[in-house]
Amino acid sequence: MTNGIIRQNFVIPADDFTAAGEASSSVKKMLIQLGVDPQKVKKTAISMYEAEINAVIHANGGIASVEIDRNKIFIRIEDHGPGIPDVELAMKEGYTTAPDAIREMGFGAGMGLPNMKRYADLLEIKTEVGKGTTVEITVYLS
Amino acid sequence: MSPYFHSVTLDEAKCKGCTNCIKRCPTEAIRVRKSKARIINERCIDCGECIRVCPYHAKKAITDSFDMIRNYKFKVAIPAPSLYGQFKPAPSRNHILTALKMTGFDHVFEVARAAEIITAETKKILTEGKFPKPLISSACPAVVRLIQVRFPSLIDNILKLESPMELAAKIVKNEFSKSLNIPQSDIGVFFITPCAAKVTSIKAPYEKEKSFVDGAISISDIYLKILSVLNDVEKVEEIQEAGFVGVRWANSGGESTALGTDKVLAVDGIHNVISILEEIENEKLEDVDFLEALACQGGCLGGPLTVENMFVAKVVIKKYIDEAKKKGIDGTQDKNYNYDMVWTGNVEYRPIMKLDKDFEVAMKKLETLHAINKELPGLDCGACGAPSCRALAEDIVRGSANETDCIFKLREKVRSLAMQMMELEEKMPPVLDKEGNVKKKTRKRGDKNEG
Repeated sequence: MTNGIIRQNFVIPADDFTAAGEASSSVKKMLIQLGVDPQKVKKTAISMYEAEINAVIHANGGIASVEIDRNKIFIRIEDHGPGIPDVELAMKEGYTTAPDAIREMGFGAGMGLPNMKRYADLLEIKTEVGKGTTVEITVYLS
Repeated sequence: MSPYFHSVTLDEAKCKGCTNCIKRCPTEAIRVRKSKARIINERCIDCGECIRVCPYHAKKAITDSFDMIRNYKFKVAIPAPSLYGQFKPAPSRNHILTALKMTGFDHVFEVARAAEIITAETKKILTEGKFPKPLISSACPAVVRLIQVRFPSLIDNILKLESPMELAAKIVKNEFSKSLNIPQSDIGVFFITPCAAKVTSIKAPYEKEKSFVDGAISISDIYLKILSVLNDVEKVEEIQEAGFVGVRWANSGGESTALGTDKVLAVDGIHNVISILEEIENEKLEDVDFLEALACQGGCLGGPLTVENMFVAKVVIKKYIDEAKKKGIDGTQDKNYNYDMVWTGNVEYRPIMKLDKDFEVAMKKLETLHAINKELPGLDCGACGAPSCRALAEDIVRGSANETDCIFKLREKVRSLAMQMMELEEKMPPVLDKEGNVKKKTRKRGDKNEG
């Protein structure tokens, strides 16, 4: 632990729905072992899970890096996917660009970004069409 | 605070110290120490998974002995619906109930009957629509305890209604103390239980101060008593009151099917329950209104204290369900009972997985845990007595295990120690050193190893 921060990185695999969610699941386990308030664990787990699934559906996977300190949980999910042309539109509940095959599996209902916004205390999205997207989620602990 | 009670225990004499139970425990509550399994009490949720998997039958549940019924003037048995599935040769449900009464009770009241009242009440709550989705059934105490330790954010979703067992006991005590004009303390109500979790919920209820049930007798303990009188039943009493809806509660899906809506999900088997609760926690099951979750595979019919194979029991009980259907008894229509069924207490989060009270210390421990885990082989072999390498790493930071408990780590240590000794062996004091001898010796040893 350097300067009171725990850092962990996770690889989010491409096209693997069974493995998707493993990163947020391990983060959840860590937070519970740290004794973090259950509601905050939930906020973190859901927003991170949605970001993870998005990276799987749209961007051939990516990298999640997590930082936990006394005051906050910071999650960055980075991908080299197609980018989001209209972030505002993507934030709308029910708006989806997921292909039918994925929607038939019960994913891609257009709730990913709205849910992230709902549960993260701070959500920042940096995206460039053709280059990729970086989602930064912050949940405050104090 | 009273010490945490749970009813699954170990028969030391039978335990061989194998790793079957530690691997299956959903809360990582068992460790093997000194060739015996040890249950970490506060972690145990009494699901009974270890009782089921133990090849040596060393895991058992504390239940009450049958003789305990003698302490009461008026003795009432309240059988779990799963009891009916145990008796293949019985001609009817009334035969089983009469035989149960003949073993020494003054009265028998079906828990299945109370289940129907709970069904009606649950329906009401679902129609009113004021509940966090999905509502999670509280019928299985092991699942409620699982939520308490592993899914605290779902505590609000638990259906805070009495279990059918509690309601049955309440009804019995109220009705008989009135009709017989005796104090409730003279009435002994005994639950005939398929599982350990129910025993715990009687001895240490989480939803109230004290249970209405006075004791729990396991189905496996009373099985032979019932069987031996089953053939001698001459006058079959009309004891059955429950319809098919109540009897069906013994099956997985019985409780939820009765609710008359498609927005239900029934899951059974503790590990399956965990996967579903994880999905709910991630808000992936938003279109489900009601979740029926049972710790045992096949529902209560698969309880660890039952006798008959769960699949056989399913066929047996189907007969009674069909029979009740034919007779058209539908207990959910009955409105004669007017009892308060809402919990008087509440369940609380039990943060047993927390590494330390102090956040900073917990952070340091977690970091060390990760570092140790990285060095472990990752085989999850269980030879150290912990269910996985990560669990061993956790035990080490908690101070209850050592790195050398891992046989691979130990082997590494032994090896490096052996190398050191070899090196030392070469370093003879100069006065004794006879060069030729030493070299010869070393070569010899090397040859042996190659062969």
